[in-house]
Amino acid sequence: MALKDITLGQYFPGSSPLHRMDPRTKIMGICLYIVALFLAKSMVSYGFLFAVLALLVRISKVPLKSIVRGLKPVVFILVFTAVLNIFYTPGTHILVKFWVLTITLEGVRTAFFMVIRIMMLITGTFLLTYTTSPILLTDGIESLLSPLKKLRVPIHELAMMMSIALRFIPTLIEETDKIMSAQRARGANFETGNLIQRAKALIPLLVPLFISAFRRADELAVAMECRCYHGGEGRTRLRQLKYHKLDWLTLTLALSMCVIVFVLGKFGL
Amino acid sequence: MEAIIQTKQLSHVYSAGTPFERAALNAVDFTAYRGEYLGIIGHTGSGKSTLIQHLNGLLKPTSGQVLYEGTDIWSDPKLTRQTRFNVGLVFQYPEYQLFEETVYKDIAFGPGNMGLDEQEIDRRVRQAAAFVGLKDELLDKSPFELSGGQKRRVAIAGVIAMEPKVLILDEPTAGLDPVGVESVLENIRDYHNAHNATIILVSHSMEEVARNVDRLVVVNDSVIPFHGTPEEVFRHGQELEDMGLGVPQMTRVFNRLRAMGAKIDGGVYTIEQAKHAILKAKGVL
Ligand SMILES: Nc1ncnc2c1ncn2[C@@H]1O[C@H](COP(=O)(O)OP(=O)(O)OP(=O)(O)O)[C@@H](O)[C@H]1O
Ligand SMILES: [Mg+2]
Repeated sequence: MALKDITLGQYFPGSSPLHRMDPRTKIMGICLYIVALFLAKSMVSYGFLFAVLALLVRISKVPLKSIVRGLKPVVFILVFTAVLNIFYTPGTHILVKFWVLTITLEGVRTAFFMVIRIMMLITGTFLLTYTTSPILLTDGIESLLSPLKKLRVPIHELAMMMSIALRFIPTLIEETDKIMSAQRARGANFETGNLIQRAKALIPLLVPLFISAFRRADELAVAMECRCYHGGEGRTRLRQLKYHKLDWLTLTLALSMCVIVFVLGKFGL
Repeated sequence: MEAIIQTKQLSHVYSAGTPFERAALNAVDFTAYRGEYLGIIGHTGSGKSTLIQHLNGLLKPTSGQVLYEGTDIWSDPKLTRQTRFNVGLVFQYPEYQLFEETVYKDIAFGPGNMGLDEQEIDRRVRQAAAFVGLKDELLDKSPFELSGGQKRRVAIAGVIAMEPKVLILDEPTAGLDPVGVESVLENIRDYHNAHNATIILVSHSMEEVARNVDRLVVVNDSVIPFHGTPEEVFRHGQELEDMGLGVPQMTRVFNRLRAMGAKIDGGVYTIEQAKHAILKAKGVL
């Protein structure tokens, strides 16, 4: 597998309604979804939220395979959470007891819900990054956080830094791939050897990579200055963010989802 | 002639199984013969770099085979690594891969990886540096203090120092001034002659390959539509134009002259040949 094929919560081009939605809608929607997840207390509300998520996955046309692949890196965290919760939740219904460890029914329950919650949370955020290009995502974040500019938080600069970083991740990966190939052609060996040998083998990769990253940063800064970039003040945009009918509808539905889960909670469900 | 590298029905697909999937080579049969000076020419994005990275085992074929001296280089991991030493590859813009403190150490990186002893490495580094015209006093400098052209030479020397039987260069003259282009091409020719090595030169420039190579392989849209001596290849004038490649200017002039009814030899692509052909047509020769 080439380095390039690694997905970094990667954007999955498409034309589903989820892809076409305003990034701000999606970000707020996800926030509401997370709130709802934390309000959920019972099987019923989790079931409801799961159905919502399944529906969204269906609409987005993101293949299940990539979602499963996205969940793989967090398996460790899931197991860790489950174990902690199983052993350290106090409760009255004791299932198993040996040495200093007790497993209670409450513990198993909490662990189960915790794992489900994390998985749904991650899938939800994946859905956001899968259907929104990084550039739109930062545009959305910038626009949502712009009220903070009044408090002199440099939102534009932060968003620009993030856009640039995101923009250059693929470039750097490509560059890494290229330099690795070039050094391999000279007999460099990145795959085998003990830890020290492997760390040493990285020098021929890292030195050129850093040098080229600095060179790129320099060139980019000059290019930006040549086009009279001077920060956010009075800057207009090529891509104007606009709410459409779909966005209002989605936001209303997302709010209702929170309300439903909240009401269900009130009834002990 | 004996084949040294061959590909059989070689196909390569980048990022297979993702939405970014892209076929870069499609059932390519390619042969390089021992001791020849071979040119590979093709439009940007045609698959040249992809092809040559298969020849020394840097890319693994999606399907098909790469044979070095008749053996599949992927049949045994040891063989794959050995092939990288037998088939030297100089990348496009190789100066960006320099990393050592001194030019000497950078050139010695390849031979060092081959597990040679100090003395042999020293001999090879000095010889390779001499091949590309790097003066001795430059060897102790940092490669990052050199000019772009000098860096390029250091990078080429780094591969030559491994003394590969096949030397592949991906657009080694890109971005150099005319004098630099000439001298790099001359260095390559010197290596070709001194070691009786097979050279594979990838290029955009028809003029450049026409003057140097014995045989020419054209890559277009992931396949090899035709190959042969430069003369044979330039007969496909119109097809080359359609691929956005064109023939050398001299060939174009002579094709026009012939079209206008001049009784003059075709298959001309250098100024020398043009002079000869004109003198012959005039009856001086
Ligand atoms: N690492 C990669 N991942 C995905 N696609 C790639 C990769 N490298 C090349 N490609 C694609 O494969 C095709 C062939 O690329 P290749 O680099 O072989 O072209 P080339 O003939 O060397 O072009 P150039 O003359 O510009 O160097 C191109 O369309 C390119 O977009
Ligand atoms: Mg190329």
